[in-house]
Amino acid sequence: MALQDKDRIFTNLYGLQHWGLQAAQKRGNWDGTAGLIAKGREWIIEEVKQSGLRGRGGAGFPTGLKWSFMPKPDPEGRPSYLVVNCDESEPGTCKDRDIIRHDPHTLIEGCLLAAVAMNARAGYIYVRGEYYNEHLILQAAIDEAYAVGLLGNNAAGSGYAFDLYVHRGAGAYICGEETALIESLEGKKGMPRLKPPFPAAVGLYGRPTTVNNVETIAVVPEILRRGASWFAGFGRPKNSGTKIFCIQGHVNKPCNVEEEMSIPLRELIERHAGGVRGGWDNLLCVIPGGSSTPLLPKHICDDVLMDFDALREHKTGLGTAGVIVMDKSTDLIRAISRLSKFYKHESCGQCTPCREGMGWVSRVMDRMVEGRAEIDEIDVLEDVTKRIEGHTICALADGGVWPVQGLIRHFRPMMEERIAAYKARHAAPAMPMAAE
Amino acid sequence: MSDVKLIKVTVDGKEVEVPLGATALQAAELAGAEIPRFCYHERLSVAGNCRMCLVEVEKAPKPVASCAFPVMDGMKIITDSPGVRNARRGVMEFLLINHPLDCPICDQGGECDLQDQAVAYGGDQSRYREHKRSVTDKYMGPLIKPIMTRCIQCTRCVRFATEVAGVPELGAVGRGEALEITTYVEKALSTELSGNLIDICPVGALTSRPYAFMARPWELAKVDSVDVLDATGTNIRVDSRGPDVLRILPRVHEDVNEEWMADRGRFSFDALKKRRLDRPWLRQDGKLRPASWPEAFQAIATKLKGLPGDRIGAVAGGLADAESMVALKDLMAALGSTNLDCREDGAALDASERAFYLFNTSIAGIEQADALLVIGSNPRVEAPVLNARIRKRVINSHMPVGVIGVDANLTYPTKHLGVGPDALRGVMDGAFGEVLRNAKRPMILLGRGALARPDGAAVLAAAWALAQSLNAVTAEWNGFNLLHTQGGQVAALDLGFLPGRGGKDLGAMLGGGVDALWLLGADQLDPSLIAPETFVIYQGHHGDRAAGRADVILPGATYLEKDGTYVSTEGRVQRGRRAVFPPGEAREDWRILRAASELLGHALPYDDLAAIRTRLVAVNPSFARVDETPAPAALTAAPSGDAGKLGTAPFTLAITDYWQADVFARASDVMAECARAHAPTPAMAAE
Repeated sequence: MALQDKDRIFTNLYGLQHWGLQAAQKRGNWDGTAGLIAKGREWIIEEVKQSGLRGRGGAGFPTGLKWSFMPKPDPEGRPSYLVVNCDESEPGTCKDRDIIRHDPHTLIEGCLLAAVAMNARAGYIYVRGEYYNEHLILQAAIDEAYAVGLLGNNAAGSGYAFDLYVHRGAGAYICGEETALIESLEGKKGMPRLKPPFPAAVGLYGRPTTVNNVETIAVVPEILRRGASWFAGFGRPKNSGTKIFCIQGHVNKPCNVEEEMSIPLRELIERHAGGVRGGWDNLLCVIPGGSSTPLLPKHICDDVLMDFDALREHKTGLGTAGVIVMDKSTDLIRAISRLSKFYKHESCGQCTPCREGMGWVSRVMDRMVEGRAEIDEIDVLEDVTKRIEGHTICALADGGVWPVQGLIRHFRPMMEERIAAYKARHAAPAMPMAAE
Repeated sequence: MSDVKLIKVTVDGKEVEVPLGATALQAAELAGAEIPRFCYHERLSVAGNCRMCLVEVEKAPKPVASCAFPVMDGMKIITDSPGVRNARRGVMEFLLINHPLDCPICDQGGECDLQDQAVAYGGDQSRYREHKRSVTDKYMGPLIKPIMTRCIQCTRCVRFATEVAGVPELGAVGRGEALEITTYVEKALSTELSGNLIDICPVGALTSRPYAFMARPWELAKVDSVDVLDATGTNIRVDSRGPDVLRILPRVHEDVNEEWMADRGRFSFDALKKRRLDRPWLRQDGKLRPASWPEAFQAIATKLKGLPGDRIGAVAGGLADAESMVALKDLMAALGSTNLDCREDGAALDASERAFYLFNTSIAGIEQADALLVIGSNPRVEAPVLNARIRKRVINSHMPVGVIGVDANLTYPTKHLGVGPDALRGVMDGAFGEVLRNAKRPMILLGRGALARPDGAAVLAAAWALAQSLNAVTAEWNGFNLLHTQGGQVAALDLGFLPGRGGKDLGAMLGGGVDALWLLGADQLDPSLIAPETFVIYQGHHGDRAAGRADVILPGATYLEKDGTYVSTEGRVQRGRRAVFPPGEAREDWRILRAASELLGHALPYDDLAAIRTRLVAVNPSFARVDETPAPAALTAAPSGDAGKLGTAPFTLAITDYWQADVFARASDVMAECARAHAPTPAMAAE
């Protein structure tokens, strides 16, 4: 049973209507916002908790819980901040882009409500530098909202003062990590901070800060309007709600689609993306949640559900729900090697395992593509990824080695074949021996 | 420490109490567990990037960096488990894959953190078969030799330059594997503390340029001593091999230099081999000729015989040790002379109370001060390590600093209040006066430059009066501070090496007030001022300014070549020790004076170091209190100057060129190169 149109939150995901305020209000945005604010901070947090919303940026941390970490208003009037992460750089992910260019008012309204929930007087939307045109639209939408008083000193007539700013990044993947994003916002080099202290205690400019993904914030107004139980009614328990999936790769009709959580992967691909090129049986594997999640071979794809817990059972993750489909024409080792190169390039260089290890992994993977390696180097490679994983300040390194681990876990025979083929091609010619 | 809450944590099953807010690494150290580390340094901010200090914490999902992980009550830390060892082995492997492993030609070899920890956590062979990264070498001036391929990107140097030295000129460019530590543009770091980069670098990436390829650490004889090239009293270790001093390193002394050291003290020792006086010289027919010791002494005896005491004078230089000064003073007394002076710059010091010429707050005391007024001084060049302590206080607690005199960059924010005595007179009327008035523990830092002028006595009196009016001279707190520039000066003042009753001061002695003048290492005065008919005995170690004017030269020993007692600007008595022997026929200075006294018929009553040190204590009991600073005390006396007689000329600084400020620096090639490297770039016309 697919998500019905009446239950869609992003009703203009495809940009068929105008992104502007008038059209957005016709679609239901900004409806009764002041009333929702009037119900107060506790109510908003409780509703979000009840809805079971989990962060849409990749880690899947319960949003209501995260907001509840924000401290009470400072008696001396020092500010707290909301930061929205729109540094969408994960290969295979392009959902936030469509939200800010086609449905920006869902995000802006969400920012206001989230700000109320966490006592933030200002919000910053950190937009990846490459999203130039998109940021222009977002800024125009914010200007519209200011012009009619939806933002500013008396935001949406609620009496709450809230300012919202757009900040453009410069295209570094690491700036999507929340503390690196904060550093970058402060004008410094985007390098993740040590945790603890967490941003909810010491964040932007040293003040309590919550960093949320665009989609997380943008779904909040509809949750509050329709009620937590409506949202919680989709998907399996603890994996509730609707989610934008980005389906690409070897499918007939790549698309972004808002769907119910816990939809079977096969149904998702076949219903919305026109199926795998050459039919389901031509499927080799799927990366289910953006480039940093380990791939799933076809036999798992047959019946896996697309949600946080089901994918975790298969040692991968929902991530950003960027579904990368690869059919049997794919040189899978080369594809994963390309991802390793990406993570090597994007490592900030701060901590040792990631700085040194990603280069090592990437170079070995380069050789694996040709097969110019020894069989036991596959074990070395796996061991190296294990020595990187979990030993760094941020999760970039984890995300960087998971694709390789997934490859080795599911396609080791393919790697061994490649090595054997290379050896066969480059076998030393038998030396003619003199008869004795 | 009673106000700090203690909590219990368990380290490897051993329970320890640590203050709340401590890190897992500190807790582990308290419990006696050794944690390997590269990026962590006690005196720098925590970076947490090397990942060598990973430990397991019960209930934490993955290993944590202990240097940055705050402890909580009841926390269980495991520092030695298969998981921890494996994590550290992993980090070590990663550090080594791109490290050149050129230990046999690396100057850090033998004292390298990476080497040491590789013994514990390194593999016996490499699994890395790819190309190693190499990094182009950089230029960082004449003192630092960067070999950045060896760098492990721990960023200690970046944090030192930014936080301690206050020159944010080092940084990391690039990302990931391509991350490089650099000065952005190739130039010498504009700091007087750059040598410390060599010490804090855990690998051989930043090494000493003068020490390059000189020795292996295990070949060196190590002697603990003190630095006298500024008045901070920095504790040092002198490393020598045979007759050569090869390098000087700071020792930890929390109350003095922490573990830092200024560049001039660290790098100017190559002067030990340059322009040395290694035998006596005698002026004959207007020209100096080599002579023997008996000849030299004979010439002196001949000249002094029959001269009345008041026609003989003596001047002690700023680097002289207390032993030789007390010997010279006693000799002069025996000859009937009270013409003594130790103030080569003519500064109007008043030695009637010790508090009038000491850095009374003490260096460690700076960390309690809450306002600072600098008068006619640039502590950054006069005492770089002391200035780092001021900077630490300014950074940690936003101590306001006002400056009267030359408005130099002191590496921390200052408020310039004026250039001359007028500003001093009116300081309490301005906004900064309010700051001083509200301060509980105000500090006044008076430079030698403010006293070495005609109205110096008035400046001293005015500054003292200001301190008194701020209630800054009490039994709890003494905020009056005089910053000397050379390590021997305070000992001279303690010994009363000043004009005695009826005695002539420096100006009078130079201007023909005496017929014979004994210069003990007096290299800072201008010898052209000495009257032409004066017979000059120069006792010292370098053929510097004054030696050329001498009629007899007695070759002495430098502070690295003799056991000596020195008193730092804060009044701390410390002992220097001989690291190498003086060259040629040069001798320890007090022995020269002892020998001369015998030939002059007034044999001094001490024959060994113990006896002369007993004599020191007899002259001033403070010499018995080694490594102590005087406690603050209320004082009603005031310096003899008249604060009303302040002039109008702007204050000047005692040291204008840090790299050429003393006799060592002037003889040192390394310092000459530094002076060139740091010389201001001449302005160029646009073409």
